[in-house]
Order: sequence, then structure tokens, then C-alpha cells
Amino acid sequence: MLFGRVKGTAVCTIKYPGTQGLKLLVVQPVNKKLEPIGILQVAADVVQAGVGDLCVMVRSREAALAMPEIKFVPIDLALVGIVDELEVRPDGEYDVTLRRGRNQFS
Amino acid sequence: MILGKVVGTVVTTISHRDYKNRRLLVVQPLVFEGEQPSAEDDFIALDNTQAGIGDTVLVNREGNGARQALKNPDACVISVIVGIVDSIYAEY
Amino acid sequence: MLIAKVIGTTVSTIKDEKLVGRKLLILRQTDEKGEPSGKPYVAVDTVDAGVGDLVLTAAGSSARQTNITKDTPVDSVIMSIIDSLEVDGKIVFRKS
Repeated sequence: MLFGRVKGTAVCTIKYPGTQGLKLLVVQPVNKKLEPIGILQVAADVVQAGVGDLCVMVRSREAALAMPEIKFVPIDLALVGIVDELEVRPDGEYDVTLRRGRNQFS
Repeated sequence: MILGKVVGTVVTTISHRDYKNRRLLVVQPLVFEGEQPSAEDDFIALDNTQAGIGDTVLVNREGNGARQALKNPDACVISVIVGIVDSIYAEY
Repeated sequence: MLIAKVIGTTVSTIKDEKLVGRKLLILRQTDEKGEPSGKPYVAVDTVDAGVGDLVLTAAGSSARQTNITKDTPVDSVIMSIIDSLEVDGKIVFRKS
């Protein structure tokens, strides 16, 4: 699962049957610091997100499982949550190195 | 499954029903000594273990395993935190 | 889903029997304005797209979630033809 920023909408008249009622949004995948990752993609919306919203997205076949009714649809990116609040600790605050030998965490 | 560090929390009021009543956390995967964590590697995971910021966690990043962990055969979830790690011994 | 432009067609005689009768199109990933970037790839068409169309493709196991591609060795499928794209309040692409 990853973050995405809604940038706009995609309008498609001809769609695979079963996806007709779905809203398709143009999204920019972003990382935890909200920096863009890769180019714009299109996601199916099930949470009524709007342009500018930061969202939680799910990829792969699980995106099709997020659909409200018919789950047997060719959808590989879906918006499943609208982010109200995000707290991320700065890089370096926690050591993310897997050291040789014994690593004790607690 | 992968090992990662919880570095953030996400609050979503409006979310899919499969995500209700569980916390979403931001996870940064662990890297080997001498490697730098990539800015593109972080991801969001659904918490199933009461993990918190700073915990080292075991994350299932595959949908089928995630659905089993959540006991929901239709859950639209890929990454689920399935354990909090106390210690690791690594040789590489 | 990725935004892609249909850049060609594929003719293949010897192929997996489950792919017989399937229309295979060559695509290239594009940005929101339709400018191509990245490598070409092949997808099965489910919506009667043609060369020059801007389309959306679904990849991975989602690509097998259509009646045309169910249980077939397919990893990318064209699932819609884009009429227009609006980004940051501006129409950046409109099908001519």
C-alpha cells in the first residue's frame, strides 16, 4: 500500500463491463515525505476523494477487491482511504540497518 | 515477509470498510550495513499487532497471506504487520 | 492503471492456445499529456482499442480479472479508452 496525491480525473466512455460506474482519478504516487515517485497513474476511487487529497492506495488484485459490488474487474490501483493526518519521523531518527550478528530491538 | 521499522502513523477518517478499526502505519524496510535506505521503499501497512512508532516489525507484503492474517477472504489489503520483532541474528 | 498509447498490433501464429483469438496490441507508457516514455509492452485488448488511442492498462493478476483473460497467461490488459484527462484543473488531453 502506498500514498497517492489526487491530481485530476480521467474520463473514459468505453470501459470494460463492470467498471462503468467507477470514478477514475489521475494520481501521483508519493513517498512518506510526499515526494513524487514515478509518473502519473490512474486509480479507481471508492472513498469519494477529490483533487488535492492525499490518499492511501492499494495496488494489484487487491485493488479489484476494494470495489463495492463486482470484484471481478481489471483494476490494479484503487484509493481506499483519505489521509487526514500523517506523522512521519525524520530520516535517521531510527536506525533501519540490519547489522551483522545479533540485533536487539526491545 | 520483510523486516521494517515503523516510522510514521496515518490517520484516515474516510476509508474502505476493510480498513476500519485498525491503524495504518508507515514502514521503512531494513537495509544491510553500508546501504542507504531508499526514499522510494517506504510503504503503508495495516497493523494487526498493536505496533507503534520505533518498533521493528514483521510485515506480510502479499495479499493472500494478508487476507488470512485478517481472517477476511475478500480484504483489499496487501501489507499487514503480523509481528513485532524483539531480536534478530543475521550473518551475511 | 497506467496511461499508455497504442503504438501497434501484434500477429502471432504460434502461441499458447488460450491466447488464440485474443487481440494483442503494442503499447507504450505515456505521461498525462500522451507523451511516450518507457519501454514498449504488449497487452490484451478488451475494449476494441486501435492504434493511436490513449488507454488505461491494468497489470499483474488484475489483468486476468476479465472474462476474456480469465485463466490465461496474460499480465497486462487494456481496460478502457481515455476520452479526456484533467490534471490540476486543466484538460491536458482530449481524444481527437
